[in-house]
Amino acid sequence: MSKFKKKKSGDLPAISTASLPDIVFMLLFFFMVATVMRENTLMIENRLPAADQVEKLDKKDLVMYIYVGKPSSSYKDKYGTEPRIQLNDKFADVSEIQAFIAAERASKREELVPFLTTALKVDREANMGLVTDIKQELRKANALKINYTTINGDALASLNR
Amino acid sequence: MAKRAAPEVNAGSMADIAFLLLIFFLVTTTIETDSGLSRKLPPMEDVVDPPVIKEKNIFQLNVNKNNELFLKTGGEEKVIKLKDLQKAAVDFLDNGGGAGDDACRRCQGKKNPRSSDNFDKAIISLQNDRGTKYETYIAVQNEILAAYNQLRNREFLRDNPNLGVNFVEAEKMYNDPRTSEEDKERLKEKLEKIKLLIPQKFSEAEPKKS
Repeated sequence: MSKFKKKKSGDLPAISTASLPDIVFMLLFFFMVATVMRENTLMIENRLPAADQVEKLDKKDLVMYIYVGKPSSSYKDKYGTEPRIQLNDKFADVSEIQAFIAAERASKREELVPFLTTALKVDREANMGLVTDIKQELRKANALKINYTTINGDALASLNR
Repeated sequence: MAKRAAPEVNAGSMADIAFLLLIFFLVTTTIETDSGLSRKLPPMEDVVDPPVIKEKNIFQLNVNKNNELFLKTGGEEKVIKLKDLQKAAVDFLDNGGGAGDDACRRCQGKKNPRSSDNFDKAIISLQNDRGTKYETYIAVQNEILAAYNQLRNREFLRDNPNLGVNFVEAEKMYNDPRTSEEDKERLKEKLEKIKLLIPQKFSEAEPKKS
């Protein structure tokens, strides 16, 4: 009799999505751990030059960043188009670098101060005059370890572009 | 009183919430670590009388404001292309033209008496104009460092043919926090030896006061 007839449904059984949240959470945790939030909002154009003899800059807490480049489009009216220095979140003058270094040093533990590195993130279109001035200031502040931050690539090829 | 069962919280939208968070972190993530050319600035002190350096031991590079390179070494001056710079620098460093105490046993160069004596004596000097593009400057720095690395790799492999890594890779291993302490200790000795053999005597001229 039809009472015992098995219900034969043609469609496939639905895939269980019960573990979907777990998978998503796993991904979420990965990205949360791997994320480094941008500390500074860039107010300048910052296209780094390419180089291939690079060293990695580990230990992000021991790096001080100095940005140099043309003010980006929204700041052009106010600050012009000449390359400027950006320290933390504002434009700065060359003379403010020593104070910046001192402040960065004061915010670190004393035994870590000798390991501080200054990363110069300079736009490839900037000219060396400004960079030389910065380097002189860094020498005056006795912050001698520097790193010209670059992207990894062939220096010659990118230059000829 | 009748025991009321606590109503179950509907967890159906948990996935949606997690997705929302996930997308947020995906967008804000920057995983890459910075990398770049590490250099050390000379300390600020007035050198009373600079040491006398023989002209043949200096590889003087000058980059002008039109991003052209002038090379002055061994008594000749010429314009040099950036792509030829690495080879020229290697030839200069590796020349080994010294005699007697200054003789260079490990150099494999031409032994031109008008070029550098040995690795230790050879100095590369770089001067740039205020109008030089930063990009050119980095490219020049890159080529010079490449020349040093090339020689250091060669000598490192000669010393440690069985290690299976060259100088640059060994240094990377040394700086890697995952390398064990004993390995680091062993590497350090070898790296120091090469660094002593081929020191990076690469100076940048004091900016001209105008």
